[in-house]
Amino acid sequence: MADEAPFQLLHQELIQYIYKSNERGEINQESGRNITKLENLGFRVGQGLIERLTKDAARFKDELDVMKFICKDFWTCVFKKQIDNLRTNHQGIYVLQDNMFRLLSQLSAGKQYLDQAPKYLAFTCGLVRGALLSLGVKSIVTAEVSIMPASKFQVMIQKM
Amino acid sequence: MSRQSNRTTDSKKMNAELFTLTYGALVTQLCKDYENDEEVNKQLDKMGYNIGVRLIEDFLARSNVGRCQDFRETADVIAKNAFKMYLGITPSVTNWSPAGDEFSLILESNPLVDFVELPDNHNTLVYSNLLCGVLRGALEMVQMAVDVKFVQDTLRGDGVTEIRMKFIKRIEENLPAGDE
Repeated sequence: MADEAPFQLLHQELIQYIYKSNERGEINQESGRNITKLENLGFRVGQGLIERLTKDAARFKDELDVMKFICKDFWTCVFKKQIDNLRTNHQGIYVLQDNMFRLLSQLSAGKQYLDQAPKYLAFTCGLVRGALLSLGVKSIVTAEVSIMPASKFQVMIQKM
Repeated sequence: MSRQSNRTTDSKKMNAELFTLTYGALVTQLCKDYENDEEVNKQLDKMGYNIGVRLIEDFLARSNVGRCQDFRETADVIAKNAFKMYLGITPSVTNWSPAGDEFSLILESNPLVDFVELPDNHNTLVYSNLLCGVLRGALEMVQMAVDVKFVQDTLRGDGVTEIRMKFIKRIEENLPAGDE
């Protein structure tokens, strides 16, 4: 498949579905649950994807090496570009910055729809978390957006 | 860095796998949420429809295909252009009805089911039913009402995957009242 349009649209439907399915039944639902659901879906996909992606890869030296792999190969595979900036405090926190995040780039280029952004990032957070766990790194991944489509993903490594 | 060389993966192929896996996660979620397979099929079709009505715009904008004169041409475009562009496969078009209003798409391989095995308790699940919705939705946007369904599926032990398409009617363009 040479194309990303189906994935983008499928991702959109996924969000729609998760948000709608929780609206039925429960009246007082908060969006946190939906985010968790999306994140979990992404998690599973990330795990599967990394298995395929690292099939022929050499062993990783350390944590930083794993993060570099995520920023370069993994991101290129999913979003056709590398992470623009990787920063770390060398104590288990990494910040991955993507100035042109693919799933937001069609949405807006500014502050419009900023309140909608979290649901477009949840799946990807899970994707990264799943990928990292499969590489032996347990983590919590969160995302933040101040101006679309630039996004920051924060990875907090948890000691196993 | 020096490692780079042995990690060259075909990014196009990986992207297909991303789609396949995401779709799998969706179907899994639906199976959890709904009690029976029929509901899941319906939901997949609905989501496919939503995708189709938007995908057609992308397709028309990028493929340079004009209006189709008849259903045969439509079939050709679907198989040779659309499937090729979005799924990287070219199904064959066969089994035309004498009236020329019905045909089958035969998929030798179905990228949606790459890593899938159907458990026994889901034997009425039409795993790739999203595709039917996509086709229906896309064609509706070019004024064709079409009935689409899976009649054979490799996931359920058939030799090939077959999608049956039946032309129902041409949708008249409805101008909103007071609009010329």
